[in-house]
Amino acid sequence: MVSFVSSLCGKISPLSLKEYKDNGGFDGLQKAIFHMKPHEVVKVIEDSNLKGRGGAAFPTGLKWKFISMENSDEKYIICNADEGEPGTFKDKILLDGCPLQIIEGMIIAAYATKANKGYIYIRGEYPKTREILLKAVEILRDEGYLGDNILGQEFSFDIDIRSGAGAYVCGEETALIESIEGNPGRSRFKPPYPPSEGLWRKPTLVNNVETLANVPLILSFGADEFKKYGTEGSRGTKLISVSGNVVNRGVFEIELGTTLKEIIYDICGGTLKDKKLKFIQLGGSSGACIPQSLLDIRLDFDELRKYSIGLGSGAILVVDESTCIIDFIKNTMEFFKHESCGKCTPCREGNRHIIKILDRIQGGEGSERDIELLKNISLLMKEASLCGLGQAAPTAIFTTLKYFGDEYKEHLKGYCRCGICDMKGREECK
Amino acid sequence: MKKINVNINGIDVVVPEGTTILNAAKKVHIDIPTLCYHPDQKIKGSCRVCIVEVEGQSTFSAACCTPVRNGMRIKTNTKKVREARKTILELILADHNCDCLTCIRNGNCELQILCEEHNIDTISFDKVVKLLPINDKNPAIVRDESKCIKCGRCVEVCNEVQGIGAIYNINRSCEMKIGTAYDKELKNVKCTYCGQCINVCPVGAIYEKSNIDEVWQALEDDNKHVVVQMAPAVRVSLGEKFGMQPGSIVTGKIVSFLRKIGFDKVFDTNFTADLTIIEEGNELLHRINNNGKLPMITSCSPGWIRFIEYFYPELLDHLSTCKSPQQMFGALAKTYYAEKFNINPENIVVVSIMPCTAKKAEALREEMSDSGYQDIDVVLTTRELARLIKQSRIRIEELKEEDFDSPFGITTGAAAIFGATGGVMEAALRTVYEEVTGEELKNIDFKNLRGINGFKEGTVKVGEIDVKVAVVNGLKNARMILEMIKQGKADYHFIEVMCCPGGCIGGGGQPRGTNDIKKKRIEAIYKVDIQSAIRKSHDNPVIKTLYKEFLTKPLGYKSHKLLHTHYKDRSDI
Repeated sequence: MVSFVSSLCGKISPLSLKEYKDNGGFDGLQKAIFHMKPHEVVKVIEDSNLKGRGGAAFPTGLKWKFISMENSDEKYIICNADEGEPGTFKDKILLDGCPLQIIEGMIIAAYATKANKGYIYIRGEYPKTREILLKAVEILRDEGYLGDNILGQEFSFDIDIRSGAGAYVCGEETALIESIEGNPGRSRFKPPYPPSEGLWRKPTLVNNVETLANVPLILSFGADEFKKYGTEGSRGTKLISVSGNVVNRGVFEIELGTTLKEIIYDICGGTLKDKKLKFIQLGGSSGACIPQSLLDIRLDFDELRKYSIGLGSGAILVVDESTCIIDFIKNTMEFFKHESCGKCTPCREGNRHIIKILDRIQGGEGSERDIELLKNISLLMKEASLCGLGQAAPTAIFTTLKYFGDEYKEHLKGYCRCGICDMKGREECK
Repeated sequence: MKKINVNINGIDVVVPEGTTILNAAKKVHIDIPTLCYHPDQKIKGSCRVCIVEVEGQSTFSAACCTPVRNGMRIKTNTKKVREARKTILELILADHNCDCLTCIRNGNCELQILCEEHNIDTISFDKVVKLLPINDKNPAIVRDESKCIKCGRCVEVCNEVQGIGAIYNINRSCEMKIGTAYDKELKNVKCTYCGQCINVCPVGAIYEKSNIDEVWQALEDDNKHVVVQMAPAVRVSLGEKFGMQPGSIVTGKIVSFLRKIGFDKVFDTNFTADLTIIEEGNELLHRINNNGKLPMITSCSPGWIRFIEYFYPELLDHLSTCKSPQQMFGALAKTYYAEKFNINPENIVVVSIMPCTAKKAEALREEMSDSGYQDIDVVLTTRELARLIKQSRIRIEELKEEDFDSPFGITTGAAAIFGATGGVMEAALRTVYEEVTGEELKNIDFKNLRGINGFKEGTVKVGEIDVKVAVVNGLKNARMILEMIKQGKADYHFIEVMCCPGGCIGGGGQPRGTNDIKKKRIEAIYKVDIQSAIRKSHDNPVIKTLYKEFLTKPLGYKSHKLLHTHYKDRSDI
């Protein structure tokens, strides 16, 4: 475990500007606006090789550069605090523990990209966090960190808080933008990407909470200090949210490059009641299910890519042998069936047919053909859906078919090794 | 503009930056299937039928919404693409009521064609379609949710083109559907019955309420005297339903057909369009000379009337009090015509053939019975006329052209152009100019008021006055001009508003057609005008007779009773 981006969480009073400043808060902003040109700020972020912490791991500096190159009077900074990926609760720790750090990140981003307006899009299920953010913004506005002529400079930027209404898809940046505009949360097709046409069709930077929280630290300590953490291709630290059949659950900050085994056994104390670990799901419900045999994988973007796995939001769900694969997948896909926005055909129609097939398999009425159909729909969703939701929804299906194919086959024969699926349909057939 | 080099199915093509894969492929005659895409609408990218493979990419790209990049190598018809498209279509079919043989779109359904083209021979998935009751509790429009494929075209036209928002996508995931607020009946929301949603629906999910059987029934009833009128836009579009080129003029063939199936008289709505010009022109002059409410706005488009009643009731006194030509016809058929030919009006059945779904609702307005009876009994759309023709098994293509019956068959070119946006205004100006100045109008073609543009304006010197006019079509543009009036920024004397984009030739009852087809219809409308022996309404000899024998004078007592009407504040719906 390390303490970098979350170092002030729990240490200071979240809404105390004094405590924040006493602990180095706003050093990064001061350095940026008093001593650096906007493009130099972008350069520092580029040099740090910080990658987006929301899930897609897109190079943050590059994204900033795209927006800074756009010629527009109106540009927007959006902090994506919609944290909707199941099993993910790390942004909440930052938002509750050190909101000023995230807002400082946004102000620096605005200075670097010449944006004048920002939004924090906060998950609807975080009402208390929303209150904290509202207060934080008010305090900073009173103290001259937000509003016109920030710190006496010719630089103006202000922030509004927008609350989601519970839709998972609004964590997808274009659906989030639609939601801020007052429309139902449905993704737009891309391109155009938000850096060229985002909120109100203006250049827009959308960054995750954790990404933005790293920014003040990189500015104040320098890119080199940041790069001391992590590996060659994956710099910095990562907040992970650990849940499931594991002794120590919660949010932990680790150095990128740590193995899954170290996380589960060294940091989190192993599985509950020492049951045999079956798999871990990395990155939330849209993430891969990684079997015990692959726990030596490092949380490193490049290494994960070799296995076609994404780090996602950094959620780690630990699942022991008492969980049935089919039951688990059914549960996961019920979530996506509920959360699909319904715009594109593969995701709108695919999810419900996946549930139907899984129902058949759980009822003992599944056949080889059902597995084929499951693969077909999953592949179509992955390759043809309009947005990341539909594309990533079947990830757990692919990985469990790959690593736990036997358990699917057992179900086709009417056997659930965990005794969870009732196989009622099969009984009725008899 | 920057040029982009791409390779599609092995063929190199150079296109301007920003071109989509779909349009780049068209350039080299490669046809990519589409479903939610509509050439006159904003791109939606939601059905995913147009997916293609792009080299170096692990996912497909939707051709309709993906701009080409330099050096892109695209494959539109690989095994992988074909199979994915097939799966998409099967997913759509699993949630579609595939009762094709009894569907209104049987034989002209975009989904049916796609399925044929993609060799769909089975649906691999469980049928999940819900067979909900058909929604037809309103005068004009029928919705069958079991057919809806959620392409979103109807929502787009209702919200973006017409600016109404009577329907919208509601719910999400597989529960997502197209509906009204709180799932109310269409008649209980601010739907204008314009029918533009019908014109863009690729399948049979939304269509006009059929009144064909009522026509057959009337024709077979010996006690009934059945007369028919046909609107100007019908004659330039019906041919499309029988394989003719867009813009074919089939007036004489339709007349011949209608006579063959037993209508006692075949009349022309153009006649009452001429009458409208006389009444409306005089109303305009009366308002100008007596400090009346200006700008005066035309009132012949019933979708537009509903729109202003719903959304701008405070501006209703800007509307001309003239009934639409359809309704003037009905009122005269059961009074003047009945008297002149000694027919009991009780036995007269008036059928209209209109390019319009809102006309069905207009005929049922309670105030439209000034003859003492419901003035118009049955309204058929152009599409229904096509179905009537097919059902009769008469080969309209082979019919000899015939003329309308008198008296309501003698008409002018001014009336013909009612069918296109700007036409009413042009026809009115031809008459108003000569009425006011007493001089002959030399150049009667007001070309700046013609064409498919949503907003046009002009100034015409009529005697002492510079008459300022504006022409809008499409309800979003109507809203714009009403807002201008509200803000006092519309210093026009006269405004023509047509509910549907392009005017009646683009009406909600017309054969489905893109803007390119609508332009052809407009050309045909002006061809009818130029080929007319008389091109000004006030020169129509039968109109003169009508005033002499019956109406006495424009805006007179009988005109007020039969040809003018009033409107209702419907904002509380």
